[in-house]
Amino acid sequence: MFLCGLTLVVLWGIVALAAPLLATSDPIAINFEAILAPPSSEHWFGTDNVGRDIYSRVIYGTRLALYIGLLGVISPMVIGMTIGLLAGYFGGWVEMLAMRLLDITVPFPFFVLVLAIVAVLGPGIENYFIALAMVGWVGYARLARAEAIVLRSQEFVLAARTMGFSHGYILLRHVLPNALSPVVVYMMTDVTLVILFGAALGFLGMGVAPPTPEWGIMIAEGQIYVSTAWWISFFPGLAMILLGIGFALIGDGLARMLRIER
Amino acid sequence: MSTLKYICWRLLMALPVLLGVSVVTFVLMAATPGDPIRLLAGARADADMIALVRERYGLDEPILKQYFIYLKNLVQGDLGNSLRYRQPVADLIARHYPVTLFLVIYTVVLTLPPVVFLSVLSARKPNGVADQVIRVIGVLGLAVPVFWLALLFARFFGAQLGWFPVSGYGETFSEHMWHLFLPALSTMIWVVPILVRNLRAALLDEMNRDYVQAGLSKGLGRKQVFRTHVFPNSVLPTLNLFAVIVAYLLGGSVIVETVYAVPGMGNLMVDSILARDYFVVQGATLVFALTTMLVMLAVDLLSTVIDPRITA
Repeated sequence: MFLCGLTLVVLWGIVALAAPLLATSDPIAINFEAILAPPSSEHWFGTDNVGRDIYSRVIYGTRLALYIGLLGVISPMVIGMTIGLLAGYFGGWVEMLAMRLLDITVPFPFFVLVLAIVAVLGPGIENYFIALAMVGWVGYARLARAEAIVLRSQEFVLAARTMGFSHGYILLRHVLPNALSPVVVYMMTDVTLVILFGAALGFLGMGVAPPTPEWGIMIAEGQIYVSTAWWISFFPGLAMILLGIGFALIGDGLARMLRIER
Repeated sequence: MSTLKYICWRLLMALPVLLGVSVVTFVLMAATPGDPIRLLAGARADADMIALVRERYGLDEPILKQYFIYLKNLVQGDLGNSLRYRQPVADLIARHYPVTLFLVIYTVVLTLPPVVFLSVLSARKPNGVADQVIRVIGVLGLAVPVFWLALLFARFFGAQLGWFPVSGYGETFSEHMWHLFLPALSTMIWVVPILVRNLRAALLDEMNRDYVQAGLSKGLGRKQVFRTHVFPNSVLPTLNLFAVIVAYLLGGSVIVETVYAVPGMGNLMVDSILARDYFVVQGATLVFALTTMLVMLAVDLLSTVIDPRITA
């Protein structure tokens, strides 16, 4: 399972890197001679309402999807782990403060708060990343805190303390590495979610600006043609599933290997 | 601690969170670029109107005082005015809220039977054929974009087969059920895998307990032990997850309502964002958060009724 997922993600990585080689035409080139053409040997996934080649757009869209997914999880993870580890390791008022911050973030449905933040900051990927950093840290913080609470009373941590190592050193060298595995498993699911929500933003018209080849926007563009030209929306969605499954399988496989209950 | 005491304490604990939530929505609005008075009063407002708005929302006061005025208005049910609809945000929300509530409850009702069935099937023989298949389907379900699935459902079951309407909400209860079936189904696909994974883990956890061994060794059948002991004990952890799921469903409703043109909160929110109708966005965000909070509170209280050990 894990290997299947890894293979899938690596393949997608190759697709993203080799997009100019794999694409059969310019992803944003308008061609009024081939409007709404069904899949054929010339246009493998058909064309959209202005004659752009869906296959090439899906291929180029991989770049943006991977960019959003991989970059989007970094800041929530760093923020969440920092808050969680500090809260779990030190306890006391640090934990109290972190937990209250968590309490007031949790009631907001994830996507609603992301939307609201993007509404205030304006559309675009950068603002999506900012919104993710503000909202997405919660899951990481919970996991890291739970791990840190167990770790802080373990013998090797206590031993390091007695030997006079600083809290910062212990946190980085002893607590962090041991708390990492559940966080990494969670991160794999999170990548899938971040890609899905990023596409959802594009779908709602709050992501990157057209005509950039982005899967969510492509699905939205095909919405009014869905009963006559299904291929416009169908293929970008399929690509998204295949990419999402890759990360989900890696997460699932890792969880089994590391024996982490989810 | 007695149950009653615990309930009171839990309610009291909700107050600071409530305040925190209001701070978040306030900051959201305070961070909005542009002149808030122009936003509130509209671009064509005259001097009197501007003075009125300025005074009512205390917009020339220091930021902290502005927050308290916001809070005071909230307590009185004043969420500001919609620029686009020219009516109070509270009225708009009152009209859209029941639709989303209906959709969420409907989705939950549709979700429960397959979740129970699949997780029991999966937990009976861990790593058996059924378990493996369900696991793979679960991974698939997590990766499916809800809006894409909703779109395909609308095309296939709606436009092609004509079984279900692809937009709107209908007038009567049965019409609501009919109109919202596809939206609920699309959201469900996403939630079922998460719940199955958790209930399965809870079931397996309980099956390794001593009382299961005891039940089996005194001659009870496997089914009997499962039904009377394992299952009831597994419900509680899943119930706790329920609050999280409602937050997911509310978030999902935003996307699905847009695809099916369901006149609910999600649709209102998306339209208002696109129209820069900030006060509606702020009000809707607040109401979404309050709903999740209420569900969390209800789940907590229900858990104490089911399992009195929690209060200890």
